[in-house]
Formats: sequence, C-alpha cells, structure tokens
Amino acid sequence: MGTLLTTPVAPGAAPPRGTRGRRPLRRDGRAGWLFLAPTLIVLGLFMVLPILMALWVSVSDWTGNGSPFSSRVHFVGGDNYAALLAEPGLTRQNFATSVRNNGYFVLFVVPLQTALALFLALLLNQRKLRGRQFFRTAFYFPTVTSSVAISVVFLFLFSSTGTVNAALKLFGVDGPSWFADPRGIFHLALGDPADPPAALAGHGFLGLSWWDWLAGPSVAMCSIIVLVVWTSTGGFMLMFYAALQNLPPSVDEAALIDGATSWQRFWRVTLPQLRPTLFLVLTLGLIGTWQVFDQVYVLSRGNPANTTLTPAYLSYSSSFIGHQWGQGAAIAFLLFLVIVAFTLVQRWALRERR
Amino acid sequence: MLPRRTVAAFAAAGLLLPLSACGSGFDDSSQPATQQAGPATLKVMIAASGGAELKAMQDAAAAWGKDGSKAEVVSANDLPQQLSQGFAAGSPPDVFAVDATKFQGYADQMLPYGDGLSYSGDIYPTLRTTFTKDGKLYCAPKDFSTLALAVNTDDWAAAGLTDTDLPKTWDQLESVARKLTTGGRTGLVFNDTRDRVGAFLVQAGGWATDADQKQATADTPQNLQALTYVRDLLAAGVAKYPKQIGAGDSGEAFGQHKASMSIDGNWMVGGMKKDYPGVKYRVVALPAGPAGPGTLSFTQCWGIAAKSKFQEQAKQLVDSFMQPQQQLAFAEAFGVIPSRQSVRAQYEQKFPAQSAFVAGADHAHGPVTLTKMDPVLTDFDAQLQQLPGADPKRILQQLQQNTAAALGQ
Repeated sequence: MGTLLTTPVAPGAAPPRGTRGRRPLRRDGRAGWLFLAPTLIVLGLFMVLPILMALWVSVSDWTGNGSPFSSRVHFVGGDNYAALLAEPGLTRQNFATSVRNNGYFVLFVVPLQTALALFLALLLNQRKLRGRQFFRTAFYFPTVTSSVAISVVFLFLFSSTGTVNAALKLFGVDGPSWFADPRGIFHLALGDPADPPAALAGHGFLGLSWWDWLAGPSVAMCSIIVLVVWTSTGGFMLMFYAALQNLPPSVDEAALIDGATSWQRFWRVTLPQLRPTLFLVLTLGLIGTWQVFDQVYVLSRGNPANTTLTPAYLSYSSSFIGHQWGQGAAIAFLLFLVIVAFTLVQRWALRERR
Repeated sequence: MLPRRTVAAFAAAGLLLPLSACGSGFDDSSQPATQQAGPATLKVMIAASGGAELKAMQDAAAAWGKDGSKAEVVSANDLPQQLSQGFAAGSPPDVFAVDATKFQGYADQMLPYGDGLSYSGDIYPTLRTTFTKDGKLYCAPKDFSTLALAVNTDDWAAAGLTDTDLPKTWDQLESVARKLTTGGRTGLVFNDTRDRVGAFLVQAGGWATDADQKQATADTPQNLQALTYVRDLLAAGVAKYPKQIGAGDSGEAFGQHKASMSIDGNWMVGGMKKDYPGVKYRVVALPAGPAGPGTLSFTQCWGIAAKSKFQEQAKQLVDSFMQPQQQLAFAEAFGVIPSRQSVRAQYEQKFPAQSAFVAGADHAHGPVTLTKMDPVLTDFDAQLQQLPGADPKRILQQLQQNTAAALGQ
C-alpha cells in the first residue's frame, strides 16, 4: 500500500515536527483509508463479523431460532468448550474420536500426497520424458474435478461388490465392505484382539482409552485417505513442477561435475532448493486435511461407528442436525487452534538451520 | 503499521456489528408473526424419496391452489440442514416435512396445530404419540411405515415348511431361521441398527426411554433379554447383518437371495418390484416376543412454521393433503401407509401385499424424537454392530449412561 501513496513514509520514521510537515501526511493517510475502505468493509462484513459472531455463538446457548443477538440468547461462558474437553460424556468422547480420526487422516494423507506429488513432479521434469503434456494433464485431472463427483465414483469403486473388491478377488483376497468396516487397521494388524491389554484399555485421555486412540484409521477411513491422496496430489505436483522448472540447471550440472550420484543430487541439491515449495505444500496440506468435510459428508457421514467422524463434520452435524449451535461453533474454534498449532510446529521443524 | 491496521479492521468490524444488528436481519423473533389473510404463496419443503413422491406432492399442491393461493413444493437435498438454515435466517418454509427422529428439536419453531384438527382422533394413536410434546399434538402425521418379516416362499417350500410354520414366537423364529440356513444362504437378515434391533426390544417390553422420554430405561432385564436373543441368533449364524454376507442392506441381501427371511419396512415392496421382480416372497407380521407383538414405526409429519405469515392457509393446505382420497393417492404414488385409520380398509383392499405392515400399526413403537438423543443412538448403533462379539449387558449400561446424560438426569 505504501507504494500507492504519493509520499511514501518509512514505517516507524518519526514524523517531522511542525504543521507544514504533518498536514500532507494526514491528507495522504485519509486518502489511503478511503482507498482501503471498500476492502475493509467487505472483509469486515463477510469475514471479521461472521467470525466474531461465531465466537459469540460458541459462548452462548443459541438454539438456531432467529438472531443470536436477541435477548433470549444467554452468555454461558466456557460451557460449550468444557463439554468438549472436560466433562465426561458422549460429547467429549465424540470430539476425541473425531480428533483421533482426523489425526490419523493427516498422518497418512500429508506425507503420502507430498511424497507422491514430488515424485510425479520429478518424473515430469525429466527431459527425456515423452508425452509430458499428456501426463501433466492426467496427473492434474483429479484435482480439477469436483470432490463430490469423485466421492460418488469412489462409493461405487469401494462398495462391497465394487471394482476394488473384484480386483482383489483376482488375487484371491476377500475384500472388506469398505465403508461399513469400523475396525482400525492397527488393531487389525494385531489380529483385532477381543481382549486388549488392560494397561491401554483401562486408561485414556478425553474419554477415549489409549487402546482406542491407537486403533489407527478404520478400513472406511482408509478408502477416504486413498481418495483424498488421489485427488489432491495433482495440484501439489503442479507446485513442485513449477518450482523444479525454475531451478537453475547450472547448480545441478556443477554437482554432476563434482561427481555426485543422482540420489545425492536429489537429496543434497534439488530438495534443499525446493524448501519454500515444500513448506507451502505441507502447510496447505496440513490445513486442508484438518478441515476434511466434503468427502465425509458424501461418503460416510461419520459412519461406520463414528470412525470417519472429523471435527469439521462434527461441527456441522452438531449445529445443523443436533441444534447444538454453540457446541458446533466451539468445535470450529478448537479446530482452528489445532490447525494453528500444527502449522507453527511445522514452521519450526522446517526452519532454516544455520 | 501492522498493529494499527489490525486495530482499524477490528474497529471497523466493531462499528459494523451494532449497525447490522439494527438491520432487518437481526430482529428479535420472540414476537409471533403477523398473520396475513387472502391469497398466499406457500413454500413447502419435503425430503422426497424420489421423483414419484415429489411429483405426487406437486400435483396435490397444484390441486389445492385456488383463489389466487398457490403452494410451491421443493424437495430438499438435506432437509435438516436446509430447515436449520431457514430457521436461523428467520425465513423457514411455511410447511415442511418433519422426521419423527428430529421432531422435538423443531417443536419450538412449529405451530402446535394438531389438536385443532377435526380428524385428530382418526390418526393412528402411535403416530399421535410420536408427534405429541407436553400434551400437545404439534402436527398432522403425513404417512408412516412399519417393519414386518419378509419370507422367500421358494426357500420356505424347499425347506419343507408350510403356513403353519410361520413364526409366531421368538423360539419359532429361531427354529425356522435354523432350517432355512443352508451352505450359501442365511436364514434371517436385518440391518445392524436400532431401527431393526429395536423391534426386539419392543417385543420384550423394553425401550431406551420411558413413554415421556424423560427417563432412561435402557439397562433393564427386558432389554437384556432382547439383546441376548439377538446376539444368540447372530452367534449361531442363523441370522446375519447384511455386511456379513456382502450386501449393502437387508433388502439387497434378500433380493439377491443371500438370505431367506428379512426384517424390513414396507418400502421394500416397491424396491423388490423394481430391482428383484423374480423373487417370490410374502410378508408376515414380526413374531411376538415375551411381552407380546411389537414393531417399529417410521413417520414424518406436516410441520407449520410458527413464523409463517400464512398459517391459516398452511393449515388448509395440510388439510387437503390429509384428505382420505389424497392419502390413498400418495400411497399409490410412493408406497407409504396412510396415517388415518378410516382409510385402512380401502388401503388394504387396494394393496393386499401391505396388510402385514398395516397390521403392525396396532402395536408399533415410534422412534425417539429428541434430537439430543441422536449421538446417543448413533453410539448404540456402533455397539450393536459389534454383536455377537460384544456383551449385551455392557451395551445397555453404556446406553443407559449416555441416555441419562442426554436427558439431563
């Protein structure tokens, strides 16, 4: 914005004393505010205001009838947050379950989609690759199609008599009823024991036993993971690809002359140069995966046995279906905090070490 | 620079907040809506089961329109969401279909007009109970469905069974299910949720809550007896959940001949005709349990928004939908059972295949109508899915605890 002003003033610079110096500055400031006003009003009206309203709803007992600012709506303090975090009961248990489910979702989707996107971008970047245009389109295609349409296709693919199970049958594997199977894959790997170790089953956190926390994504969640990785990889691939195209070939050539193997060149030369893109992809991935909603809404609505329940969907269902608007808003703000926390951790982990 | 800008943004928002609060969007809605006489344009929102239902409703609405009034019927993709949006924005549809399981969540926003209906005594008692809150009948039940037992007649004959073997008790049900269970086929199939297993609870004389839905009554000997019976059926392999035999639901399992008997609602009649016309079957009443016969009913009612400006006209529209001939027309169009008892004889005559379902109306139990019980019952479903591996006593204790918490005990 500073460049728009006729007299740019360095931030923090002390304004010159005397009225002669101050008047033009104030007039410029006024003009600046005038130019800013439309944006401020639009942002205020459609972003800041709704967020503040939601914040109010999250500490109120609004029932979804009429205005949240009417006299019948009362301030309830942290009650909605307490029900989610402190008070034993189904509300807390469902919230914990949704966080667990989404945690596993993030844990699987983010590394998978990032690695796959980078891998595909590297493939595309090879000079000797033929039909690059075709592959670029093919890889990117899932990203541009509607997530709802893709989800419906996956519903058919992963139905108990669907294509995936038919393919598995060719290898003699009896596929599960994907969207009906609530068993966690870590539990399955242990043979789905009926009597979990008492040390894990007897203790827990947020109303969920450690054994449940460690269940892993359910079979149903796995199919959503596959779906999301498949659809989102293309977009991230494009970012990596653009970054790769911008890398100076000379650096790579210098490493080549120094006798670096292709693995060393990738690991020590290419990847460090991609750090800003990697940061972008991981950040976008983390934010997007913590907010997963469309696929859950279309495919499973939290079923089976709440194992595909995510905080975003829980926030929606608490508000619109359960009429617990305060709780729904509180979940949304807790989700916001989770995302901020994860982004900060990731920023710290990927910081430039000197 | 930056902090100042942020402060300015918040200041702007702070200015806008009271400003917009004065606007029309935030008016206090405690005032009853002013009523308007004369021609009205009514918005009607339903969750149509398919094109046939929507068309039948639209035709009925068009037939009602007179003196300049008209009614626009739309089918919601997601009725609870769209209704919630309408209520929150202060502009709900005038007339809307309310599912029994969500009824009490909307009751505050509905006009309780049911007791004023001239035909309120003609509505099946179980449906009246479902839509009554604090002694007031809120709305006219649109139609309903019940559960019954569908039997594959070819399998029945092949197993050497006759009409006298049709199960009347739990023991008989288990015994015929055992006889019908062969290598590739299961005797009995039913969905793994409260909406099917609940019928056994009712037959044993139990239910999750008391009649007023004020007390949790989950952890009782009756419920335990029912769940133990269901667990034993599943454990013996004579009954199975659809997913255990590679089917999406019980209708699919029955239609694809993976099971010889199925517990299902009367929507199955249309589904079988459409998808599996070759399967020969008959429908009989569910067997009685220790406490007598019992089944579940599923229903919707015609809600009228308390905020509607055209409540009188809305009532007239609902009245026209509730007329016996109109109810029969709806039944014909999309296979539901009329909610008025006076239509029963005509209906049974016209649709003999449905008689077992209609008979269920005499002892059908309506669903839990408290919205806040939704997560509790979802959790109950999750537990039921673990049968036969899970302990029925523990399932009921958990249901008891969660129900009590939801009811604020």
